[in-house]
Order: sequence, then structure tokens, then C-alpha cells
Amino acid sequence: MRYAMAIDTRKCVGCADCVVACQTENNVPIGYCRDWIVENTTGTYPQLQLEIRSERCNHCANSPCVRCCPTGASHYEDGGIVLVEAGDCIGCGACIASCPYDARYPHPDGYVDKCTFCIHRVRDGQKPACVAVCPTHCLYFGDLDDPESEVSVILKKRKYKTLIPEAGTDPQLYFLT
Amino acid sequence: MKTNRRDFIKISSMGVSSTALIAPMFNWKSGSIETAENPGGSYSRTPTYCEICFWKCAGWAYTNEKGEIWKLEGNQDDPHCKGRLCPRGTGGVGMYYDSDRLKTPLIRKTIAGKQTYVEATWEEALDTVAENLQKVKEKHGAECTALFTHGSGGKFFGDLLNAFGSSNITAPSFAQCRGPRETAFLATFGEIIASPERTDIRDTRCLVLIGSHLGENMHNGQVQEMSEAIDKGATIITVDPRFSTAASKSKYWLPIKPATDLALLLAWAHVIINESWFDREYVERYTYGFEQLKDHVQQYSPEWAYGITTIKPDIIRETAREMAKASPAVIIHPGRHVTWYGDDTQRLRAVAILNALLGSWGRRGGFYYPDRVNLPSYPHPEFPEPKRTWRDAHPGKYNLALEVVSNDICDSTIPAPDRACNFKAWIVNGTNLIYTLPDKKKTLEAIQNLEFMVVIDTMPMEITGYADVVLPECTYLERYDSCRTDQHREASVALRMPAAEPKYNSKPAWWMVKQLAAKMGLEEYFKWNDIEELLSWQLQQAGTSLEEMKRIGVKKFPRAFDDMYFRQGEDVPFNTNTGKIELYSTELAAEGFDPMPVYTAHEEPAPGFYRLNYGRSPAHTFSRTANNPNLTDLMDENVLWVNPKVAREWQLKNGQPVWLENQDGVISEFPIKVRITERIRWDSVYMVHGFGHASKQLSRAYGKGTSDSDLITRVHVDPVMGGTGMRGNFVTFRIEEPEGKEVVA
Repeated sequence: MRYAMAIDTRKCVGCADCVVACQTENNVPIGYCRDWIVENTTGTYPQLQLEIRSERCNHCANSPCVRCCPTGASHYEDGGIVLVEAGDCIGCGACIASCPYDARYPHPDGYVDKCTFCIHRVRDGQKPACVAVCPTHCLYFGDLDDPESEVSVILKKRKYKTLIPEAGTDPQLYFLT
Repeated sequence: MKTNRRDFIKISSMGVSSTALIAPMFNWKSGSIETAENPGGSYSRTPTYCEICFWKCAGWAYTNEKGEIWKLEGNQDDPHCKGRLCPRGTGGVGMYYDSDRLKTPLIRKTIAGKQTYVEATWEEALDTVAENLQKVKEKHGAECTALFTHGSGGKFFGDLLNAFGSSNITAPSFAQCRGPRETAFLATFGEIIASPERTDIRDTRCLVLIGSHLGENMHNGQVQEMSEAIDKGATIITVDPRFSTAASKSKYWLPIKPATDLALLLAWAHVIINESWFDREYVERYTYGFEQLKDHVQQYSPEWAYGITTIKPDIIRETAREMAKASPAVIIHPGRHVTWYGDDTQRLRAVAILNALLGSWGRRGGFYYPDRVNLPSYPHPEFPEPKRTWRDAHPGKYNLALEVVSNDICDSTIPAPDRACNFKAWIVNGTNLIYTLPDKKKTLEAIQNLEFMVVIDTMPMEITGYADVVLPECTYLERYDSCRTDQHREASVALRMPAAEPKYNSKPAWWMVKQLAAKMGLEEYFKWNDIEELLSWQLQQAGTSLEEMKRIGVKKFPRAFDDMYFRQGEDVPFNTNTGKIELYSTELAAEGFDPMPVYTAHEEPAPGFYRLNYGRSPAHTFSRTANNPNLTDLMDENVLWVNPKVAREWQLKNGQPVWLENQDGVISEFPIKVRITERIRWDSVYMVHGFGHASKQLSRAYGKGTSDSDLITRVHVDPVMGGTGMRGNFVTFRIEEPEGKEVVA
């Protein structure tokens, strides 16, 4: 089992519904977030392109954050989901420094927090909150080992890229272009 | 010095902590924003429909075992949202948890020569409202009262006003927003667009957006369907001086010179007619005035339009053909906020005409015929016939307005010798008129001339500071309302019921109205004891029940007939004078207006000035959400989009705060940060509407960004339907904080 997410940049409008749904679902304190929007404009008026991406933890298969965690709080769950066990975390921030995607933040309660792919929902047979809420249906989630999963199906059909592949972390967020 | 009868009062009993003002992003630390604990396992859910915008998506409010509201999710059966709320709907919990909410009724009193608000019981506050409305009725007549509303509570206050003897019930959503398109489409097709829009975006093959920024305005169903259309490979053509999100999704982006859209629309009509791209059979069968139209558009060639719009003739031709190739599955979108330049009905007529030429009205992928449930009113005696209506204030004006013109009520509140009665009392529910109506000075002058104003709101919006009585309404998550029965492909009913007890000393509108009716001797019009009895009765008439609705939230009613689109060769009667789709409008002609749209040039900015364009952010609805903690977390201020060429000329830097001064010398109350971006033309600047709040009681919104409304002092009123054209204002930059600036407050 290998959980992954595909994000269709052709459909994403950058509304940040994914951000709000994540915050309310996971009780992320106001002022913090586990997912975010990036808008990248290139060109000069009127020859312009705009890429909008909904970003979060890449749940890398080769995660620097897991490798550098001194307590083992950062670890892999079934399906490759990278999690932080809050009770084991000492808030040292080594993982924050190691993440090429800046996907982690220090929770005010004293531990490091990040996207969990909504593992509590996924185990319950639901989609992550961001995927379930997205008004443009631009987020696809599922098991890459299952050829029928919506993420496998869309990755077969479309061209995609990953972010900062040169970091060698084997990220599991696929951006459809 | 003239003292105001009605000084602006800061609602100081709200107890705003100073830390909240300094660091609003970290409010959670001071504990001023409560949030529900993640309930983990056990929770319950209650049905609701959203009040954050007019799309009214149905959803579920989840509460934990302590009864705290945890989160909101869409209802899978709802045709408006298909189980997915937009960011504002998802963030609706913030409206409930906002610690700046109005908490108790307030009455304006003068103590030691100073006007102040005194906290009151509901009994005292409602007595004051009833007494003052009766006073106005005895002195001037009931018809001198008006209701401004933009929210579900307005239904109840509207019934109260009708029972009282006035039909002057107005919503700014007509004359400040979608009015021109409704008048234009009624004149053309004999039907209005209404809400949610009957655009069949799901199945369209070509979607044309004229300044409409879907994706930035999160009209949920339309955004979802645009995304579906992208998946299906539909062509999107966006006409906008700004590289909007929608423009970035488009095959064609036409970066038009602002205020020249009508020239482009007429040139498209020219190409479609002259190159025979129109749907000949449809036009012959259904339309009236084709020959007149053909003659009329000869003057509007693409070459002519090029010099006006800056859009090249070959692009105008190419996009016209692209639309025609998709016909009839093509939508020249009528937009929503279309009160721009004062000739808006005529521009929307051109939109309607293009749709008629391409045969998209009544066709799959064009405009469908919607269905809806009609819930009967609870039996009551007939409302009294008002002696006068708002139309009597200006006889002969705005005859084609389909709803009460809000700005005309405002105008008619300022005394004039030629009017027998001016408006003397306003009831304002859920609309912050200080920023909703353009020309703030005039709005304030009108308010000074009132004998009484009661404001019903959830938040201490600016308008509340001018009220004689402020009534705190509970949020939509704490109350019942009338059921939602809006149109869609399939008729549906949606229930809103309380997910939690009202916080503080707030109450629902239906309760206020029921109490007021008793105090004003109007009980016979409200024979139900409470809203559950009213809803039970109504839902039974529709073949369901309150119990069932509490369980399912949304009930759909399949269409009785297969009549969403015209059948091949079907004869369709249209509700116009000629019974046809009127390319040549006999109704406009009869009223003395151009029967076919005529291009007129609009004023252009003077050197050093830029056209002030404004729009929406997906995170906010007008100023209504400006203080919502969840949504300010996404966006807590607006910024000013400036083209790099302009920034160079003015030596502006990214993030630099500037003040704006408009053509009338009005300077923005607060500075706005510059965003230098290639996404905006050099002849205009752009900001998101709804920011720059002057009410300190909105601790997260106060002084954040700039209010476009403050700078919209020049209003081009549409002579056809009274709409307020607001995009004829120009601003220049003030780098230093201006001294002695005129602040209208």
C-alpha cells in the first residue's frame, strides 16, 4: 500500500477551501496551517501563465524528517503516511529544518505538527478533508498499489511533476500539469 | 457647528481586548477565540444551509459531545453544493465563534449631552422599536418605513412591514448587483436569470466570461461546474482587464480596455450575423427583430472595436467563431455583479442577444429551464394595500426595475419639496449599508434625516453605530429560518435548524418579528406559535415533514416533465410583448430607451489616475465575513494590484502602503499595501471589496486594507432600472499620509 495525492493545477482555483477544511477537521489553531496555496505567475502582460497549487506534506518515501528525528516521533505509518507522534516529540525542530517543502510547523502545544493525509478519516474509509471538500474536484487521493484507485487512474491519464525532485526524497504529491 | 441628531456611536460595551487589536493572527493565545475540541469519536450533526452568501449551500453542522460546533460539511444530496461547501461555508463556524459579535440589545440614549448606547432587555428594546414605528405611522403613514435586507431574516421582517402597511422592502442585491441582467434578460427572453444562475455550465462546450471572475467569486455550483467543463475540454473565453484566475484557465484571454465591453459584444454580434454563424432555424422560429439588429450592428465591425477595446480584429473573429462552433452549447455568461457604468442593462441586453443568436437559451449546455418548490405562506389575512410605494417618490423613473431600488429609497429619505412623503424609518437587517451603497456621504445624509432606525445584525458592522436600536441576531448556526426553495435543475427544499443554543443574548429574526407583531397589534398576520409550527405546516403542504427534513436536510423533487430544454422544433411562447425572444426590445422602445444596444464611450482616467476596479476573494463575502476568525486567517486585508510599469513610474515597492485619492478628492481612510503584478493592466488598479473597516469593534477587520466603497463617490445610475454604476471612479496614489484628509464617518 502506498498512499499518494494528485493535484490538478489546471482545475485548482486557489480558493483555500482545503486549508479551512483541514483547519476545522483537525482543529489546527488559527494562525497555523497544514496545507496552503501557492500561486506562481510567469510572463509579462498580456502573455501570462498562472499555476496554482494546493500544497502540503509530500509524505516522502525517503523522508529526511523521519531520518533526523532524535526521538522517533516522526515515523512512517502503513501506506507510507509520515506522522508525528505528539507524545514522543520534544519540539526540537530538526525535522522542520530538514524538510525541503517547509511542510511542518511548531504547534503552540509544544510539538511539531503537519498533514496526516487525514489518516483518521482514511482508516474510516473516507477521503482526507481537503479532498472531500474541494469545490473544483482537483484533488485525487488513494493507493498507488491499487491500479483502480482514483489517484492511479489519473496519473496514468495525465502528465505530472513532483516538487523539488532533486532533493531525492521521493515525494508522493503529484502535480498534474 | 451643527450637531448630528444621530452621532456614530462606538459599541463600547463589547469589551474588545487590546491584544486582539495588535496581533489578530494569534488571537487563540488570548483565548478570545474559542474552538471546539476535536471530538474524535462521538458527534452529532444537524442540517443547515449556509448564510455566508446567497448560494445557500445545504450542509451539516457537526457538534461534539459537549454540544460545541466542530465543523461544517456539505450535504451530498444538495444540488447547490453536491456535498462540498466553499471556503466561506467551511469557515462558517467562525461566524458563530467570533467574540466580537453583538451580544445584547442596545438603545441609543443621550446622557449628559452625549449620545451613547445603553444595554437593554429584549422587552425594552422591542417596545422602543414598536413605539417608534407606530409614531412614524401616525405622523407620516406606514408607507414611510422601509426595510433593507440581505439575509434570511428579511423574510420575517418583510412580512412584518407588509402587515404594517408598507411594501418598501429592498435588497441591495438588485440595484447594486444583478439588477441590470435581470431587466435585460426579462426584456429579451421574458424571464430572468435568478439565483442560482440557470447556466448549464456542466454541459457547455464554450463558456464566455465578461469580467466575471468565477473561482475568485466562489459561487459554489458554478465553480464546480466550470471545473467539470474544464475536465470535459470546454473552451473558456475570458474578457477581463485583469488576468483573473478564470483567465488563467482560459483558451482565450481578451485583456480588454476597461469600460469598453459593449463594443466587443456588438462586434461579436456583427461577426456572427455577417459571417452567418448564427443559429438560423432558432432565430427564425423564436426571435423578433433580426433584420433591425442586422442593420444596427453593421456599424460595429471588429476593426471599429479594435480601436476602442484594444482587442485585435482577428481575435474578435476567431473567438466569435469559437462560440459559434460550440452553439448551442455555449454560454455568454450574464455575470452577477454587473452595475458598472450606468449603461449596464444595455450591455446585458447585448449579452442576451448573443445568446439568442447562438440559440443557447433553452438548450443543453446553454441556459436551462429551472424548477423549484413553492412553499405556501402560512395562512394570514391579506396585507393592507399601501397608500404609496417607493415608485411614487419619483414617478415615471425606473419603470423597468423588477425590485425595489435601494438607492432610490436612500435618495427619497433626503427631504425634497416636491415629495409628499419621505422615508422616516428604516429597518436594516444583515446589510452594512455604509459600505453596500455607494456614495457614503449621501447614505449618511439620509440616515440623519430619519426619525428612527433599527438595525438587526450579528456583528457590530458600521451601520449599527447609526441605529437608534440595535438588535443582536443569532447566527445561522443557532436558528431556524424559512426553508430554502431556490431554483435549480431539480426542485429542492433545504432545512436550517439550530446546531447550538444562541450565544450571548442573541435571538433569531422570526422570534423578534413574532414579539414585535404582538406589540404592534399585528398578531393576526402571524398565527403560528413558533417557527417549528410554521415550518411543519409548510413542509406538510410540500409532501414532507419537519421530522423527515431534520433527518435528511435536503429533499429533492424530481421534475414532473422532461422540460429542462426546448425540444427539437418545439413552439415556445415567450413572456414578451411579441411572444418572441426580442432582439429588438419593444419594451425598452416603449419606455423611450434604445431598443438595441448602442455603444457609448465612458470617461477615461485623467493622467496620473487609474480606474478603480474591485472584485471578490474566495475567502470572503462582501464585508460580511471581514471579521470571521477562520476567514481572516486566510486573508485579513486587501492589497492594491498595480502593473509594474505604473509601479516604476511612481517608484512603488511591493508591500508599500499607499493612500488612494479619487477624482473628487476623497482620500482613503486607511492605507493599502501595493502588490506589483503583471496580472493587471496599466490603466487600472484592483482591490478586493469588503475591507478597510472603520468600526473598531471589528477587532480583526479594523483598519485592515482599504474600502473601495469609500472611493466610489461618483455613481452612474442606469436610467432603465436604477442600478448604481460604480466602475467610473479613478484613483491616484498618495505616498505620504495625507494631512487633514476628509474622512466621511
